[in-house]
Amino acid sequence: MSKQTPLHRAHVDAGARMVDFAGWEMPVNYGSQIEEHHAVRRHAGMFDVSHMLAIDVTGGDGRKFLRTLLANDVAKLTAPGQALYTCMLNPTGGVIDDLIVYHFADDRYRLVVNAGSADKDVAWMRERIDRDGADVDLAPRRDLAMIAVQGPQARRLCWQAIVGSEAASEALSPFQAVEFGELVIARTGYTGEDGFELTVPASRAVSLWRELADAGVAPCGLGARDTLRLEAGMNLYGQDMDEDTSPLDAGLAWTIDFKDQSRHFVGREPLENSGARRRMLGLVLEDKGVLRAHMKVTTEHGDGVTTSGSFSPTLQKAIAFARLPLAVAPGEHVTVDIRGRMADARAVKLPFVRKGQSLV
Amino acid sequence: MSKVPADLKYTKSHEWIRSDADGLLTVGITDHAQEALGDIVFLELPEAGRSVAAGEAVAVIESVKAASDIYAPVDGEIIASNTAATDAPEAINADAYDNWLFKLKPAPGADLDALLDSAGYEAEIAEA
Repeated sequence: MSKQTPLHRAHVDAGARMVDFAGWEMPVNYGSQIEEHHAVRRHAGMFDVSHMLAIDVTGGDGRKFLRTLLANDVAKLTAPGQALYTCMLNPTGGVIDDLIVYHFADDRYRLVVNAGSADKDVAWMRERIDRDGADVDLAPRRDLAMIAVQGPQARRLCWQAIVGSEAASEALSPFQAVEFGELVIARTGYTGEDGFELTVPASRAVSLWRELADAGVAPCGLGARDTLRLEAGMNLYGQDMDEDTSPLDAGLAWTIDFKDQSRHFVGREPLENSGARRRMLGLVLEDKGVLRAHMKVTTEHGDGVTTSGSFSPTLQKAIAFARLPLAVAPGEHVTVDIRGRMADARAVKLPFVRKGQSLV
Repeated sequence: MSKVPADLKYTKSHEWIRSDADGLLTVGITDHAQEALGDIVFLELPEAGRSVAAGEAVAVIESVKAASDIYAPVDGEIIASNTAATDAPEAINADAYDNWLFKLKPAPGADLDALLDSAGYEAEIAEA
């Protein structure tokens, strides 16, 4: 039996096509997925991301605990409301999950983790707290709902829909959040556009969704979310990296903070020993067809594989992420095996698209 | 509700088949199929002159979501492919029955009786 978010009824009423995603019954689209994609690139769209889990981390050892739990360094978060994208690694340096950590105070943080990894994340964190006897409390917050509002008009329409929110959130920089009454307004997202991620009590989710829709924000499903994050060069956990993948091989080196030599975060040693063995690049298909995950890539420097792929509505071409030999440089041409047909593709730096503009 | 025109034949793999006056079969995908696939962005259609067997994968239809094979409904020879659909595959989302994929000349003795009628196809998609 699939789980349902507080917005489930609203999706069904809006005619959404519902699919199972990580055990949750979620909208994949409400009509045309491509139109939803364009709505976010050109105007504003919203996604129900309540299947993701917010975990509150409180207690006097919170900061110390997160500095060893997470591969990015929460010591960078000094002011209340600052946030950080990070991986949580296992002892062999594989990725347990990727997440955003919000800092509200040194003894009060919030992690937002993937739906499919939430249970194992909580179990792993509890195990480490118990072993260290740390003064840390974990509170998984299934009483909350989350709505991501994304697009060039997203902030303006949020301010229009939520009375008083403009004064509270207009000064937020990217990766900053503010508590506004019972809401958290965060200037974060997964689309490569500006926007907010709003956290609200589950009981307020439907009314907020309706108010945003009334302000002109288009409901968007997981289908558009996937093509948007792909164009934006953002990894999807379980597809572009997992427990057997080093973040250094998955384009996530920028999230691993080795600076503080005394910070022995989980997975540090294996990453320092192995270094990067593969390189993550984008592929733009020059021939006809559509790139998908798990396609073999042949290069002058050896073979690689695509990890995600689709049709890019912004570029009107097929694009993919590929894990390739380190020697492959952006600009090189590679060959992709599309179901037995050898197709020409060009390797590019990620992202493909940022703020509505093609970068390739 | 998906449209299932009464004057067409169908396969379990979601192709529609129209028997034309010239003895050819025109083949496309059903409204139910286009809805399940979502936005269609690419078609790979067979070359004219190719001999095909019933159930053989002869075309590929790619939506943003996934790639799907299209199968020959009966034994026969490909006579034509719809290049207009290749150029604008999204037209299939707008009207799956107005945008055919290929025309097939059925082989002598090709088994047209094995195809579903509209009632049979409606029952098929109701189960899924």
